[in-house]
Amino acid sequence: MLKGRHLIEPMDFSIDELEEIFNLADEIIANPENFKDICNGKLLATLFYEPSTRTRFSFEAAMYRLGGKVIGFSEPNSSSVAKGESIADTIRTIGCYADIAVMRHPKEGAPKVASFYSNIPVINAGDGGHQHPTQTLTDLLTIRAIKGKLSNLTIGFCGDLKFGRTVHSLIKAMSRYENIKFILVSPEELKVPEYIKKEVLEKNNIEFEEIEKLEDSIQKLDILYMTRVQKERFFNEEDYIRLKDSYILDKEKMNNAKKDMIVLHPLPRVNEISYEVDEDPRACYFKQAQYGMYVRMALIAKLLGVC
Amino acid sequence: MVSINSIKRGVVIDHIKAGYGIKIYNYLGLDKAEFTVALIKNAPSNKKERKDIIKIENAIDIDFTVLGLIDPNITINIIEDEVIKKKIKLSTPNRVEDVIKCKNPRCVTSVEANIPHVFFLLDEEKGQYKCQYCDELHTFSEV
Ligand SMILES: [Zn+2]
Repeated sequence: MLKGRHLIEPMDFSIDELEEIFNLADEIIANPENFKDICNGKLLATLFYEPSTRTRFSFEAAMYRLGGKVIGFSEPNSSSVAKGESIADTIRTIGCYADIAVMRHPKEGAPKVASFYSNIPVINAGDGGHQHPTQTLTDLLTIRAIKGKLSNLTIGFCGDLKFGRTVHSLIKAMSRYENIKFILVSPEELKVPEYIKKEVLEKNNIEFEEIEKLEDSIQKLDILYMTRVQKERFFNEEDYIRLKDSYILDKEKMNNAKKDMIVLHPLPRVNEISYEVDEDPRACYFKQAQYGMYVRMALIAKLLGVC
Repeated sequence: MVSINSIKRGVVIDHIKAGYGIKIYNYLGLDKAEFTVALIKNAPSNKKERKDIIKIENAIDIDFTVLGLIDPNITINIIEDEVIKKKIKLSTPNRVEDVIKCKNPRCVTSVEANIPHVFFLLDEEKGQYKCQYCDELHTFSEV
């Protein structure tokens, strides 16, 4: 039962519970008109303590498409937050007006605090660099929808794997499925943190390799998850010059990839995927954004218990 | 004058890792004590090479959980009428609330004033704890 629950980190839900959400998302995608009134009379509060237009729009669109309404703030300066109200008090007050709340906050653990004091479901829409569970749901639904499965896959992550929380969450979440292999492509200074290797990969006996150049292994991948890697993240200029082109996905690299490999990216992209790749049917990052809205629709419906 | 060796009524904190006595002394605020307190450093020990001991001539209320956090090998003897009335063996607590604050500047505890600071034990051997809000790891024995 997901009714009344909070989503603070991706592992809050079991594989079966995720499946429940994905199945509902499938139904919504197939027949959106059947769901356009299910949240009639329900109110979603968006508490954005730092701006994130993309994520906020995705949640707002999701709620409107379910027939619900939205209240909230996207600038803490213009709200009672500016007067120094605590998260605990804000959520208790909002709980008197709204049926469900989405929170984005610059401090790590803020949505968790809210969930402790809230009488309505709280969804974490990003807490600093800590967690972003609805992005993980988005990634999982996209893979499930396009590949038709979440097991028996070789997944490549490319770019900044050290600070990329969406990468950490997705590795964690995918590790629960059967026969998953990871190929981790990053410069030495941006490798996946030790604790992910120890606590997630090695502990669960998951096969993984760490390499520096994408072109060395792209042919093995079923999924390629691209992330931004900024020049200033490198410690030395030489490494950057030596490797910079390895982290830009272009047509030439795509030529060596499997015919049914898919390319994902949490967006926004800067230059890590050349625009020429957009035309490739394997480029799925815009579809992914769309799945993000559908999975949020399913999540809201489940937490409200209307479906 | 109270003898260093025996006390009438109070607490003896024994088997403190050599060098840690002063930390515990400070942590318990014994520098401000108005009763007799003895800090013995580098005493010979059967268990370890050397140990520190703190003797407190007063029935003070000690938060044993905190001491377990700093060093689970410590033993606490409650003394009454010059004999050991009770021996308390410490362990590493699984959950610690409002003892030590999270050091992560990005943690919500740095802005939200009235919430409890809660940590869960992650690795007993290393004495590693995880903040319940931000997941940052802390090792208290280093504090
Ligand atoms: Zn913390």
